Amino acid sequence: MQTLDIKEQPINQVKATLSQNISGSEILLKGLIEEGVETIFGYPGGAIMPIYDALYDYTDKLKHILVRHEQGATHAAQGYARSSGKVGVVFATSGPGATNLITGIADAQIDSTPMVCITGQVFAHLLGTDAFQETDVINITTPITKWNYQVTDAAEIPEVLAKAFYIARTGRPGPVVIDITKNAQIQKVDFEGYIKCDHIRSYRPKPIIRTSYVEQAAALINAAKKPFILFGQGILLGNAEQEFKAFVEKSGIPAAWTILGAGAIPTTHPLNVGMLGMHGNNGPNVLTNECDVLIAIGMRFDDRVTGRLDKYAKQAKVIHLDIDPAEIDKNVKATVPVWGDCKETLPLLTQLVDEKKHDDWLAKFRALNQIEIDELITAELHPQTGELTMGEVIHQLNLLTNGDAIIVTDVGQHQMVACRYAKFNNTRSNITSGGLGTMGFALPAAIGAKFGAQDKTVVAVIGDGGFQMTIQELGTIMQSGINVKIIILNNQFLGMVRQWQELFNDRRYSFVDITSPDFVAVAKGYYIEGQKVSEREKLVDALKAMLNHKGSYLLEVMVTKENNVFPMVPQGCSVSEIRLK
Amino acid sequence: METNIAKQEFTITVYTENQVGLLNRIAIIFSRRKLNIDSLNTSPSEVDSIHRFNIVITETEDVIRKVARQLEKQVEVLKVYFNTNEDIIWQELALYKVPTDIIAEKVSVERLLRQYGARAVVIRSDYTVFETTGHREETDALVEVLREYGLIEFVRSARIAIIKASDGFHTKINEFENQQPGEQVFENEYLNNGQKVFTM
Repeated sequence: MQTLDIKEQPINQVKATLSQNISGSEILLKGLIEEGVETIFGYPGGAIMPIYDALYDYTDKLKHILVRHEQGATHAAQGYARSSGKVGVVFATSGPGATNLITGIADAQIDSTPMVCITGQVFAHLLGTDAFQETDVINITTPITKWNYQVTDAAEIPEVLAKAFYIARTGRPGPVVIDITKNAQIQKVDFEGYIKCDHIRSYRPKPIIRTSYVEQAAALINAAKKPFILFGQGILLGNAEQEFKAFVEKSGIPAAWTILGAGAIPTTHPLNVGMLGMHGNNGPNVLTNECDVLIAIGMRFDDRVTGRLDKYAKQAKVIHLDIDPAEIDKNVKATVPVWGDCKETLPLLTQLVDEKKHDDWLAKFRALNQIEIDELITAELHPQTGELTMGEVIHQLNLLTNGDAIIVTDVGQHQMVACRYAKFNNTRSNITSGGLGTMGFALPAAIGAKFGAQDKTVVAVIGDGGFQMTIQELGTIMQSGINVKIIILNNQFLGMVRQWQELFNDRRYSFVDITSPDFVAVAKGYYIEGQKVSEREKLVDALKAMLNHKGSYLLEVMVTKENNVFPMVPQGCSVSEIRLK
Repeated sequence: METNIAKQEFTITVYTENQVGLLNRIAIIFSRRKLNIDSLNTSPSEVDSIHRFNIVITETEDVIRKVARQLEKQVEVLKVYFNTNEDIIWQELALYKVPTDIIAEKVSVERLLRQYGARAVVIRSDYTVFETTGHREETDALVEVLREYGLIEFVRSARIAIIKASDGFHTKINEFENQQPGEQVFENEYLNNGQKVFTM
């Protein structure tokens, strides 16, 4: 949105006479450095020009990545936050620049991603006048932010910025928007140093742990014959992977994950029994309705995980560990709520639970998952004839990366296939748009993920539909020189919608037939190497070429057109009614 | 569980910081869930600088409990209470404007006003404004009666309510301030001085 305001009338600059005065823009940048920010994803424009002007002198300390669309900046910041555990930072201008952030902010809100978005705003005296590129950003973003605030005076900036970072990263993380009017960016005020925020009177990032509830939870677990753990992103967000592993291993309880929880313990861990939910594994879904104690950790019982709620784990006593009290009883009633940060509650619980093995119970998961392997996974991962499948691409990728790559997925069939079959040895390796289901997420998120974890191989797995939603971010890759591997699983359909139309709408394929440009040629246009494969015998070599290439690489894989993702819990069905075909 | 299923009137009391935009943040928690707010009042509270919202809504206890948690999750919300009508003392204020000539002529009207506990706020030659305070049924009843005597205008305020069992927020606010003592208690002197930094 590079449009210049012509009739700008800076106001109240007269008081800028003291020698130690600096502009609001410079204060902002100093604050970002104090918060440990290294990378900013952004796009300049009229109302944020003073900040960009100040940034010109700070490029040695703050790396700015110029995206091609502001939505890309938000997803890149999300990818950065998810791979690094730090707060993602976004710059955008007022009006259309800010409204283009909405999808990414909403995504970060529902997936609890720490992000601070700085938007420029028209001069304070123009607020509410329908000025050029004026949008009511604060009110637009109120429902999709953890907190937001409009700054109209430079003197507010240090406190507001400190508050923003504190709110974004503590408790249940989330996105924060600071909207700064142009006069506040220009205005010079005394700056006496930046003080980080560590307390807000009205804000309780962590609920107080009630030890009596921890004791009750432990008692339930110790008495349980068929206990079952569901874990989500809360483990990652709380940096509680070790605490979680200790709990699982001492209690010997089978554990299944939500897609954002993937990687909290390695995929190959003997007590990891697979993925929950609509396209999750057979064992964990069926046995949800057989367990006697359900232990939910850092997850929020999304409808894609629970299926039909009135037939969800009705036989079980539910222990719910969450940092956000509003999640307790929201969808599933907790018998024992364990409020608190799981990094603190899990060790308390581990201490109190008996060391056990649940071999017979675990064997039930294995048996049900074996049925799934026999009936569909083998055919999906090791087809001998016919066109390539999405599953075999992920399987071959696993063999080459050994489960150490960061896999960034978009939304749809390929996402479910990748999350189901990708191996994750490490935490923060599975980056995807879980709650919002944002097509177009993966390409910019992969860019951000690589900036957040430069020593890791980052592979973006994207469908032919989603790739075309943020295809312009190839320009960001080109200009920044970042090394991202892109696999397009091209089935020439908007596959997930097509699958539903096949299964539930009598194959009435309404507008799911999508054509694509020559993706390899498009990548070439951006000076990104690539190739297209459709034959099985060429797949492994193509994957190797991609991974061994020095820079970014685009691999388009033509896969079978009308493949369905199974198992599937049809909407409105109970998790135990999961279909294998 | 059974008692949670029936809808009934709840009064939600929300203690908050005084912050521009917070009313919207609170209101959209209801509108997002398509919950109709019966009445909403914002006022100062017993604690200096702390605001107090009273929100009246007819819903099941289950829904109210979830909404209350969503409200309390907001950064600038300190505490949320929800109470049934048995738990609170509440009042609403109503104003009635009627033609003075009719009022002056009809003695029965004066009697009615006494009966409903109304007070005259303004008496002019052309109209008279009465006020009553009470529960909705009481203020409503007078409207019905005054309609017959040329009621010109009627307005009623939101409900304000005192929680019978509450000890006030003075001790609570100390808990909040001492919960996580930082190097300095962050008091947002700028955030609370919106008018001083912003002029149209």
